[in-house]
Amino acid sequence: MTRPTADSLSVLDRPNSYIGKTVPRPNLDRLLQGRGQYVSDLELPRMAHVVFLRSPHAHARIVAIDATAAKRLPGVISVVTGRELEAVITPWVGVLSHLKGLKSAPQRAIAVEQVCWQGEAVAAIVATSRAVAEDAMEHIAVDYEELEAVTDMRTALDPSTPVIHASLGDNLAFERAYHAGDVDRTFAESDAVIESEFVFGRHTGVTLEPRAVVADWNAAEARLTIYQGTQAPHMVQNIAALHLGLKESQVRVVCKDVGGSFGIKVHIYADEMATYALSKLLRRPIKFVADRVESFNTDIHARDHRCKGRIGVKQDGTITAFEIDDLTGIGPYSMYPRTSAIEANQVVNLVGGPYVAQNYRARARVVFQNKNVMCQYRAVGHPIACSVTEGLVDLAAARIGMDPVEIRRRNLIADDGYPCASPSGMKFEQLSHHASLAKLLQMMDYDALRAEQTALRLRGIHRGIGIASFIEVTNPSAAFYGVGGAKISSQDGVAVRLDAQGSVICQTSITEQGQGSESLTAQIVGSVLGVSMERVRVTLGDTDNTPYGGGTWASRGAGIGGEAALQAAKALRKNILDVAAAILQSTPAELDIAGNSIVSASDATPRIELNELARIVYFRPDTLPPGIQPELMATRHFVPRQYPFAFTNGVQASWLEIDTETGFIKLLKHWVVEDCGTIINPQLVDEQIRGGVVQGLGAALFEKCIYDERGQLTNANMADYLVPMSGEMPDIEVGHVVSPTQETELGAKGAGEAGTAGAAAAVANAVNDVLRPFGAIITEIPLTPQVILTALGRI
Amino acid sequence: MIAPIPVSLLVNGEPIEALVAPRLNLADFLRETLKLTGTHVGCEHGVCGACTVRVDGEIVRSCLLLAVQAQGSSVETIEGLSDSGEIADLQAAFRARNALQCGYCTPGMLITAQDLLRQSPTPDRAAIREHLSGNYCRCTGYQAIVDAVEATAKTRAEQAA
Repeated sequence: MTRPTADSLSVLDRPNSYIGKTVPRPNLDRLLQGRGQYVSDLELPRMAHVVFLRSPHAHARIVAIDATAAKRLPGVISVVTGRELEAVITPWVGVLSHLKGLKSAPQRAIAVEQVCWQGEAVAAIVATSRAVAEDAMEHIAVDYEELEAVTDMRTALDPSTPVIHASLGDNLAFERAYHAGDVDRTFAESDAVIESEFVFGRHTGVTLEPRAVVADWNAAEARLTIYQGTQAPHMVQNIAALHLGLKESQVRVVCKDVGGSFGIKVHIYADEMATYALSKLLRRPIKFVADRVESFNTDIHARDHRCKGRIGVKQDGTITAFEIDDLTGIGPYSMYPRTSAIEANQVVNLVGGPYVAQNYRARARVVFQNKNVMCQYRAVGHPIACSVTEGLVDLAAARIGMDPVEIRRRNLIADDGYPCASPSGMKFEQLSHHASLAKLLQMMDYDALRAEQTALRLRGIHRGIGIASFIEVTNPSAAFYGVGGAKISSQDGVAVRLDAQGSVICQTSITEQGQGSESLTAQIVGSVLGVSMERVRVTLGDTDNTPYGGGTWASRGAGIGGEAALQAAKALRKNILDVAAAILQSTPAELDIAGNSIVSASDATPRIELNELARIVYFRPDTLPPGIQPELMATRHFVPRQYPFAFTNGVQASWLEIDTETGFIKLLKHWVVEDCGTIINPQLVDEQIRGGVVQGLGAALFEKCIYDERGQLTNANMADYLVPMSGEMPDIEVGHVVSPTQETELGAKGAGEAGTAGAAAAVANAVNDVLRPFGAIITEIPLTPQVILTALGRI
Repeated sequence: MIAPIPVSLLVNGEPIEALVAPRLNLADFLRETLKLTGTHVGCEHGVCGACTVRVDGEIVRSCLLLAVQAQGSSVETIEGLSDSGEIADLQAAFRARNALQCGYCTPGMLITAQDLLRQSPTPDRAAIREHLSGNYCRCTGYQAIVDAVEATAKTRAEQAA
């Protein structure tokens, strides 16, 4: 029997490949036995704890701070104000040059003179324990002069509204206008133009482990080690060094287990910067762990948008144009370093994206307000763009009396219509909207479900079906941040080496917060090398011990870090085969690696085990032919260059029931079909989708940071801010269409945000499917019982 | 009343004598005094379930119990339940089904699930969802967890038959 030569096989079809297989993630037992190493668990010698005294006012001038009494308490090491910390750490401004006109004011680690949101730190208390520090906090007297708070985004730009940062001149952070085609003429020629305003609740990530950091300045080494639950260690290294006046080589960032991130832990927070600075100032390790109330008040919020949308449609179902006017309030500062204009920018980029219509006009305005900061959170902008687009499409379908599925069939970009671009200029390599929709309808048995819905309605049971197509930005190139001047790497690197016993050590710059980065790296490396996964050990989350790279965010780990792993493993494989050929007096082409052994390429006969090859290389190189210098380590990096983003697509459906007496929604079932290209581990992809969907369902039904008119967050705890729990969540069926990206050999695109992108839109459309016979329409989330009953005219 | 108070209790079967501040909650006692960091702290107000442990056989939120209230009790944490092998099959099912991502809720989730399976050997999915509804997981969307608990119940029932 002859086999194709090893080099003609891609990693996808090599014998014993792990690609496309469900295998358990390595090292899960550590987490299952409570033996993980989260930053919250970390203790170091001489470590002190910091708590932050936070402003009770949304907007105020700091007149005086008296910490005399607090400093006298036993166990208190220091009380530090913003003014004192300024000597150690410089302020920052969260802008990017490619977001033209974006402005923000200098933000400090601890407020100086002015506080701009309820929860902004005004003093740091460092003590031998958190409890002592909290006791001392009670003894600090701060004299505030309260200022008028800017809370309503709709009036933030009014001349009568106070300007939060006088130096900026007004409260407008960013504005973008865009026009493609001829929207006015197209609307005039349409059979109907439907308009609505879509309102989104401000919500937040609620990671189960709060933000946590231990900063350890070693004065003798002149080096700062930061242990932090972060998605982007090299970004943290760069920022900490920049603002502490250090070289990057003087900062090491270590990130072991992270108790949830979802974009919450990809930013630089003032209290974390303060913790780094305090460690340098006090020359000892300092630990900061946010408590839950602090998390609600200071973890970034997201999605606080009001978006007016218009859609034109012809009687035959042709969608002619989209128009949006989006307004969002981001709090008092643009976050650092990724900025708070990205979400609105994404909304402009993504609205109408799945559809053929090329007439599109958009305006987005981003305003400052005296609330907690907003920034990128899982699926940045997508849930808004998707809810507006899909809400408008359903409104259009209802107006012309067309089934929601039929209008999508008639307008989604044809599967053979690629490559192409959206009206906002987004480039699509290959999407599969129609194949995905067809698969979804089959999975949910759409026609039977419609029949069931009709039958139940006659019995007074009100159920609805909602459909939402979506596109998702993944594998971002430098177009996202690098071009704007941010030192956030869009490339990732992987180093692979064969150890002396034939096992493999792999260092990658992507990070792990539970998505399965470690697993996908081991699967790819094991497959390419022909080594079993148990022999592959993956190191991540350490700027001293991994190649330089971006980390894990924006659905980039598998597509970018995975390709780097593939290329590194290929290079190592070649190096191993070169040595093997020398040892075996053969040629590399005649050899392959399979099952941890060098084998004959022609018939897979084992020739020499990898551990024996390694033994010779490391301990008996004298027996190798002259001139042979084995290199059993290889490093490769990868960044997408051809497409700024690898867009993915998919479609979701929700099936739910509304109790029209109580306004309660019962989610009965949810379906998703998505296309993330090559699937490395089906189980991991499915669970990313499910988790993402539930995060979107929380936004759809429960989650909202409720501020009063004075800028006070009134529900900053888990009893009042509701999150999805197991009892309310449905089972979610996931299907796939596979359109690999041709830009990489691996072909993988991202999957981490697809679930969140479309879940709320599907639910909202299903709710309106229920309400339409009642003459009611809701374009607001969360869809609380109060919102439902108000729409039904019952309250 | 802030003077430390002596307590004696069993933790994972090991006798513990300690002087504790009256205000110290059991979660902090386990984590900070005994260094049993498998018990996680998520909300510190009794909602998220991350700090769930077993006290005298009943599951409790260790953030809502003072350490002094555990005087004379037998406390079991994820470390103890792992070492005894009591939940080895449940842990294996979680691993096989990828019923955890970041793993921060997992110790509390496992202890709560084991509590259900001790009370009700063959719960249906709705009963599993109901029993776990006080344990917050932001990562998984719960379905994989429900699957893993259901699979464990089934296996145990088959082995008992």
